[in-house]
Amino acid sequence: MLKVRDIKLPGLAPISFELAAGECLGVSGESGCGKTRLLRALADMDEIEGSVCIDDVCKTDVSGAEWRKQVALLPAESQWWFDSVAPHFASEANLAALGFDDEVMHWQLSRCSSGEKQRLAVLRLLANRPKVLLLDEPTANLDPENTRKVEALIAEYLASNRAVAIWVSHNRAQLERVATERYFDFSSADMVEIKQGVPS
Amino acid sequence: MNPLISLSAYDLMLAALLVLALVGLVVRLKLGIAQQLVIAAIRTTVQLLLVGLVLKQVFESAQLPLIVLIMLVMLTVAAWEILSRQKRKIKGWWGFGISVVSLFVSSFLITLIALFFIIGTEPWYTPQYAIPLLGMLLGNTMNGIALGMDRLIQTAWQQRAVIEQRLMLGQTALEAIREIRHESMRAGMIPIINAMAAAGIVSLPGMMTGQILSGTAPVEAVKYQILIMFMVTAGTGFGVIAVLHLISKRLFDRRDRLRFDQLLADKKI
Repeated sequence: MLKVRDIKLPGLAPISFELAAGECLGVSGESGCGKTRLLRALADMDEIEGSVCIDDVCKTDVSGAEWRKQVALLPAESQWWFDSVAPHFASEANLAALGFDDEVMHWQLSRCSSGEKQRLAVLRLLANRPKVLLLDEPTANLDPENTRKVEALIAEYLASNRAVAIWVSHNRAQLERVATERYFDFSSADMVEIKQGVPS
Repeated sequence: MNPLISLSAYDLMLAALLVLALVGLVVRLKLGIAQQLVIAAIRTTVQLLLVGLVLKQVFESAQLPLIVLIMLVMLTVAAWEILSRQKRKIKGWWGFGISVVSLFVSSFLITLIALFFIIGTEPWYTPQYAIPLLGMLLGNTMNGIALGMDRLIQTAWQQRAVIEQRLMLGQTALEAIREIRHESMRAGMIPIINAMAAAGIVSLPGMMTGQILSGTAPVEAVKYQILIMFMVTAGTGFGVIAVLHLISKRLFDRRDRLRFDQLLADKKI
């Protein structure tokens, strides 16, 4: 479903891979190795050589904004620009999945913790119904319980929407939980199969 | 109607004595701006006398090429002034081009409209009208344009993470900087809106004062002042809109990616 061909990041060998519907690719590697740059390239946030396509539609076939509605990047630190939560949401979100009720829409962002903002950012991202999720350390600010909730929500979203995800994490144990079959290791610049029987 | 009382060199020297008295007091109190004061006073005397001489020549000959040349020099200097007021340096000729285009819209076009359709001078380039009008418009709209431009670039720079977040959520470039554009338009227009609101009550605008001093009937002077106010307001508005449009275009590329590297010189990034 997602086809990535010859993405050329400065200082790295060209990156190519394909993901089937429902698949979640884990990405690991040291800080500064290019994980975030890869996600930005896929979301067309930087001018990078190489082609990215969803089924038969490639990024150059549609406008930048249209592409990013489909290929949604969740940055490591979420940004908010209105005072309250509600105007940041273009459409209905599944608030209960991450432990919020409707009241959260009236919250002031200046009083939200970084963990609350992180969970709201995940919900805001999914509310657009994107086909590709690019997740940069999505649970970095979360406690173990909320981390599991986010993992479960993403897995459920991928399965029911036939979407794909690329999940960047420093936490190898988490990648083994969320990545469906393989992860991409920047230290070897290659795909690594996750062996059967890795404890989840 | 009282005829204009001509000022003699002696009258101006009396006024200069006031400035000298101020300089003396500043030196005595060690307030430290005596030198700048003297230099600025000398500059204003020399510059204005020179302009007076030039205008005298121009008014007498009234040749179109000469008038156009003077207008172009005024436009260039004003564009330069806008750029020098920016906190972040715009790359290469782009900044100059953007300033010139917006000043052209805000001042040149508006002056031409006034000369052709409102005042109806014969010929249209009659220098007694064309040069002071253009000067008024350049001087006044320049402020609004410089303020709007500076606010747009500064705010976009400070909020670049927010702009990128909005792009990542599928907003277009224009949607992602909508609030910043509103704010910049406001910043550019507020001075002239305030000036219109305060005119006649708090302040007597300079041009009207000048005309009244030179013996024009107050009601005639007021009509010219209203004309100028409207022209300055329209000019500032169109000029700021032009600047917002051109800078927004340059701030993003064709794929709606935020590209400060296209707009700003490298040193400050």
